[in-house]
Amino acid sequence: MEAGPVNGRRGAGPWLLLLPAALVMLIAFALPVGMLLARAFTHPEPGLQNFILLWERPVYLHVLVNTVMIAAAATPVTLILAYPVAHAMAHGSPRTRRLLTFLVLIPFWTSLLVRSFATVILLQRRGPLNTLLVNIGVIDAPLPLIYNLTGVLLGAVQTLLPFVIFPLYSSMRRIDPTLMPAALTMGASPVRAFLRVYLPLSLPGLMTGATLVFISMLGYFVIPALLGGPRQTMVGQLIQDQVGQLGSWGVAGALSFVLLAVTAGLLGLLHRLVGLKAVAR
Amino acid sequence: MGRWRLLRALVCALVGIYLVAPLVVVLIISFSSASFLRFPPPGYSLRWYENLVRDPAWMDAVWVSIQILVPTALLSTALGTAAALALIRGRLPGAGFVGAALMAPLVVPSIITSAGLYIAYRGLGLNGTLAGMVIGHVVVTLPCVIATVGSALRSLDPRLEAAAATLGATPAAAFRRITLPLLAPAVLSSMLFAAVLSFDELIVSLFVGSARLRTVPVQMWSNIRGDFDPTVAAIASLCFLVALIALALEALLRRRNGDRE
Amino acid sequence: MTLPAMGDPAGPILELRGIRKQYGRLAAVDDVSLELRHGEFLTFLGPSGSGKTTTLMLVAGLQQPDSGRIILAGKPVDRLPPYKRDIGMVFQHYALFPHMTVRRNVAFPLEMRGTPRAEAERLVSAALAMVGLPDHGDRLPRQLSGGQQQRVALARAMVYRPALLLMDEPLGALDKALREGLQLEIKRLHREQRMSVLYVTHDQAEALTMSDRIAVFDEGRIQQIGTPSELYERPATRFVASFVGETNFIPGTVLGRDGDACRIAVAGVPMLASDRFSAQPGTRVTLAIRPERLRLSAAGEGVPAELVDLIYLGNARRYVLRLPDGTEWSALLQAGMADAATLRHGDAVRLTWEAAHATAFPG
Repeated sequence: MEAGPVNGRRGAGPWLLLLPAALVMLIAFALPVGMLLARAFTHPEPGLQNFILLWERPVYLHVLVNTVMIAAAATPVTLILAYPVAHAMAHGSPRTRRLLTFLVLIPFWTSLLVRSFATVILLQRRGPLNTLLVNIGVIDAPLPLIYNLTGVLLGAVQTLLPFVIFPLYSSMRRIDPTLMPAALTMGASPVRAFLRVYLPLSLPGLMTGATLVFISMLGYFVIPALLGGPRQTMVGQLIQDQVGQLGSWGVAGALSFVLLAVTAGLLGLLHRLVGLKAVAR
Repeated sequence: MGRWRLLRALVCALVGIYLVAPLVVVLIISFSSASFLRFPPPGYSLRWYENLVRDPAWMDAVWVSIQILVPTALLSTALGTAAALALIRGRLPGAGFVGAALMAPLVVPSIITSAGLYIAYRGLGLNGTLAGMVIGHVVVTLPCVIATVGSALRSLDPRLEAAAATLGATPAAAFRRITLPLLAPAVLSSMLFAAVLSFDELIVSLFVGSARLRTVPVQMWSNIRGDFDPTVAAIASLCFLVALIALALEALLRRRNGDRE
Repeated sequence: MTLPAMGDPAGPILELRGIRKQYGRLAAVDDVSLELRHGEFLTFLGPSGSGKTTTLMLVAGLQQPDSGRIILAGKPVDRLPPYKRDIGMVFQHYALFPHMTVRRNVAFPLEMRGTPRAEAERLVSAALAMVGLPDHGDRLPRQLSGGQQQRVALARAMVYRPALLLMDEPLGALDKALREGLQLEIKRLHREQRMSVLYVTHDQAEALTMSDRIAVFDEGRIQQIGTPSELYERPATRFVASFVGETNFIPGTVLGRDGDACRIAVAGVPMLASDRFSAQPGTRVTLAIRPERLRLSAAGEGVPAELVDLIYLGNARRYVLRLPDGTEWSALLQAGMADAATLRHGDAVRLTWEAAHATAFPG
């Protein structure tokens, strides 16, 4: 009814509660990231030469394009695999939901590094997967599953799945499960009912998931380093090289600038499409 | 609908295997008796776990990780809980914007945060120090605490505090007797999550750490990139075990809270 | 300003004087004044957004009025926080503390008041027995049904015998059968415990059943305050007539006065009605007539109409009547009223009423 919330804390109290966290974020996050980005324009000397360098040196441009391509390839694969799982969690039996939640939570709580390492082991030339495929006679010789694009995609999709399944699941749970049967009684085939009723309703969750996958993938560093070859080098690795080995702050800053700009642009686009509330979830 | 159900079940099974199989393989290989990573192992032994315990490099890494994760989890939880209370209950102007800004480390690639910290620390001499590590870990874990506690606060019925007030409870009493106990499971689980995130954190530790200040993930990272033997599988399995225990603890907290969905 | 002595049983337990509450430019509560007598059951009735719940929140201290005074048991309380007012409150969604057992919930207000432990134990047991849940003390709220939860909430709000019990749509979340059972139970508790109750509902049947007096709210104002029968028989405004009970609204034009009554042309036929304003001849008015006050006859005086539908209701019959101008009226006749029983669908009938049962409103 018309009754609002009550006795909220007022005055300076809330600001004091917020202050420590805000200070930490300002000093230990915003400031350092700002310093890195500023290097793009000031190091080694003021100007735009670092951005010109990115544009002119084929290596940099190639890596930037490569990064976007890999992220663009991983996103649809992740979504297609995540969608049925989220659907089964949202509308399946409680037992199915519990089992799937457990299966998705395990990698969610396990470190990315451990999972990437495990994928390295699994996909090796003489690893379990190749051995299995040869033994059951699907292939004659072991496939090159690692240190190439396949390896990066297999590893990336695996690590990204939980981050899409949960948001998708929570948006699907809000969809009335009687809508599909209702569409069927009106003469829609299951495929048409899905395309016309269910899919549009799950679209906000899907778009949020897609953006999150794409953005996280852009910043990936561990997966391409462990599972990719030289041709799969991504921006994250390049930034690390520039800072760690070469000390080229300016180039590192410029690369970070481009990466952040793309990220911010995509988030802005998502915000316009589905609203910031959905992004913050 | 039968065919679609079948397809869905098939994809679910595939994804389930895809998510868990690599971890199971590592777990099995960690008990291998052979010094190469063949699967299935020719025999079983505990030699790689013994190796782990005997190698001071690994034990030092575990100790460093613990020294970082304990203060990180405590600090993050304290700061994050306070911030969540202010953002959700404080009726602050611009709370939405501030809240979104505090979530930024979740969308800014970790590599950028880490490189920035490295640059900022150089002038302050914080690279290679425990304090520098803890601050970096707090930055990456704080958003998760704010999000977890914040969503618990948001789902907490404000009418409960109103009811307590009409029944004679002062704001302080209502907070202590009603809000805090109902929030406790979320606070504990966010602390657990912060500890696990800190324990798993690689990139910040890679940049800010030093040869003498190596966490478990950093030690793993340098091992995996070189010639590695099943010792790495053993530590990976232990990390996996830690994750499983954390997951179980979290589920227990959730259940104790009575599954208020 | 003269205040009655504290706790004077003759004076009102609660007095509101010119209460106002604004949300932005919208006046949620607009100059509300009333008195609640000791032991009285007063209901705020109105549609959602009419200001009734906001007024209750102001009394509880969960919101602050922009102006006006709230005097509880002789003390002005409008600057006091809720926990310093001597009130008990029952919420629509129970607001039981989910982490405490039923006993701990009921003991909470006693604990806040520092009641000695043994005394508190005794009072809690008595309160649980009073609401018919003596054996449910060790359960958690989520293990109880909705009706049981609301009983616990009732016990919790009454256990410390507050000066005033506030109830905000306490039965709104329950289904019909349960709601009616609990209505009688709350009524019984009110009678036995001699509590002063301020009750909020949007359900007019519930308000008529339970209240000593009803205050009808609309657009932030009290439209009328009175006993259920006053409200029903002599609605002060057209809104009250429409919100409390069922009413036919019939357009007419004032012809002149006839003693206390007012002569009005209805569908061209001169009829009598009572009015609360001295209507000038030629004024357009609306007559409010309850369906059970309309009389039907096959011939004679009255407004001519055609019987278009007849609905059998068991203990009564409803007649739907259409006038030559196309307006439809509803009449309700108790079973056993002989002359009307012979009427058939399509029959021409005449409608009459007593002047006292038709109220004319301007417009």
